[in-house]
Amino acid sequence: MAILADRHTRLIVQGITGREGLFHTRQMIAYGLEHNAPILVGGVTPGRGGEWVEGVPVFDTVREAREATGADASIIYVPARYATDALYEAVDAGISLIVCITEGIPIRDMMRVRQRLALSGARLIGPNCPGLLSPGEAKIGIMPGLAAIPGNVGIVSRSGTLTYEVMYAMTRNGIGQSTCVGIGGDPVCGLGFTDVLQMFEEDPLTDKVVLIGEIGGEEEELAASFVRDHMTKPVVAFVAGKTAPEGRRMGHAGALIEGGMGTHKSKVEALANANIRVADHPEQIPELLVSNF
Amino acid sequence: MNLHEYQAKQLFARYGIPVLNGGVATSPQEAYSIAKELGGKVVVKAQVLTSGRGRSGGIRLVHSAEEARLSAEHMLGMSIAGLVIHKVIIEPIADITQELYLSVVNDRSARLPVIMASATGGTLLHKVPEKVIREHLDPDLGLHDFQVRQLANGIHLPRHLWAAFTRIAHALSRCFFENDCTLAEINPLALMGDGQLVALDGSITVDDNALFRQPELFERRDWLAEHPLEIRAREAGLSYIRLDGDIGCMVNGAGLAMTSMDIIKHVAARFGFEHCGAANFLDLGGGARADQVAAGLRVILADPKVKAVLVNIFGGITRGDEVARGLLSVAMLSNQQIPIICRLVGTNAEAGRNLILDAKLPHVSLATTLIEATERAVLAAGGLTHGDSR
Repeated sequence: MAILADRHTRLIVQGITGREGLFHTRQMIAYGLEHNAPILVGGVTPGRGGEWVEGVPVFDTVREAREATGADASIIYVPARYATDALYEAVDAGISLIVCITEGIPIRDMMRVRQRLALSGARLIGPNCPGLLSPGEAKIGIMPGLAAIPGNVGIVSRSGTLTYEVMYAMTRNGIGQSTCVGIGGDPVCGLGFTDVLQMFEEDPLTDKVVLIGEIGGEEEELAASFVRDHMTKPVVAFVAGKTAPEGRRMGHAGALIEGGMGTHKSKVEALANANIRVADHPEQIPELLVSNF
Repeated sequence: MNLHEYQAKQLFARYGIPVLNGGVATSPQEAYSIAKELGGKVVVKAQVLTSGRGRSGGIRLVHSAEEARLSAEHMLGMSIAGLVIHKVIIEPIADITQELYLSVVNDRSARLPVIMASATGGTLLHKVPEKVIREHLDPDLGLHDFQVRQLANGIHLPRHLWAAFTRIAHALSRCFFENDCTLAEINPLALMGDGQLVALDGSITVDDNALFRQPELFERRDWLAEHPLEIRAREAGLSYIRLDGDIGCMVNGAGLAMTSMDIIKHVAARFGFEHCGAANFLDLGGGARADQVAAGLRVILADPKVKAVLVNIFGGITRGDEVARGLLSVAMLSNQQIPIICRLVGTNAEAGRNLILDAKLPHVSLATTLIEATERAVLAAGGLTHGDSR
């Protein structure tokens, strides 16, 4: 199977009647029908329980939705100021995989959500992410299904459209994906690079991994040490932001915290030192994947 | 969102953190009156959202109200790092015995806020990062008393200052939490000749995502501190940052936008056009409408440095036909013949490409891959540059 989600996943949509939620519900249902894997079983919008949307039932609460449908995964399209409440509700209802697409959640709120998650054992992907796609099996989020084909390369990325670019370049070269995971670009998010790399290392259907990072933070550096110490499968990487100007940084605290980590140079060096092949541009990734390791 | 020094100090004062009693001036005359009231010997500090203003002539010690007026006259309207100075603050000259450091900031790797203190603040801070004492904070409970004692102990603060230091640390922590800050920094926290601890300079950054629940801070946003083109783009709902190069970029998604900038440099180096680079970062975001695309292109073309435009759209929520309609609406009317190279992939890309083909505009063309599109943009920009130098 793929990691995190496959055709046996039972998915609900929090915010199913909203503009974004509805649009992507249709896309996810269409993907499920096309691949004979209808994973979407219901949705939640407070105040709209009892209605039906696109052939699936709507509930007022996640608990009710879970009890009625047996859902084990939820995807959140709720606007930022209500999204943390939606996250707590999903955790409280015992959903084991939560994917949060919402962009713009305050950092402090996510710090609190992380503490709650640590006590629950639920897995969160995002926020501010494109979700995940196990080609031919399960689409949870907004990744374009057409850009991907089933295969044996896992992708983990902090970016959105850049991930599609890489998937598409691979697909055009006949290289398919086991699972594509967008972990999101926010400073505080759920699963990190190392969590997902560990899953790919253990997944029998994944033979190689592509990691797509960007400047800022130290997730790429941590991922590099993880690959060096714990991974046997080959990894190819790309880091965006080589030519991005340094922001007008205020104060000294940022520099004290990161201490030289976070730059493009630091990330590429750390990755290269861990025997990871780093691409100059995304369209070079297929070439690096097929050349001898 | 970054606050100016004077705004940070107003906030500090509200939390009971001692600051110098000075004033804010927007004209030389105002600077004169404030300096006169303070007795003439004052420091004049430019209010500008960048670091290193001391080196750029943005801080002056003066000895009379008249000198303060002249300094203000010189600074107001001057720019530092491209940012125009609209305000100065006037403060009495401080009698400093020692400069300490105190801040609360989000530690991204620990996913928690951290309070940091050092006995060596001011500009010396960077030289001794190992002497910085850190304590992580619980996002719900905030700062504990014992943590303040650990800080005070760690920086060898004399015992008689512990009470004042504790009050300031708790106040800074409350200020950080209650205002959704990502940074609240006092540097230096000065020990004065009279034994008081005073915040001589401060930086505050507020989490943009939390501004919806911080209406008072949102009101204080200094829109004048931004570039006019950046303001125009923001009003259209686009994320735009002006850069130094000559190739305008329009992309959907921040990661892909940065990547497109990187590829421009990569290709330019290969062609020997080292001077070529991105003129801007522009992220259309997800699901941009034709009118937003049009506004984005107008902003890009309003930059006189731009010699070619690279449009790279990987449509998920964004639709290729909307992008094409927006681009064409501007390109048709524009009498500038700046080459626009478009690469459209994903949702409704075929429809978008057909719209562009049907329009038959000589300066708008299509490319298939990101590399091909970038190569053509670099050649176009590089070619024009060669023409100019001939």
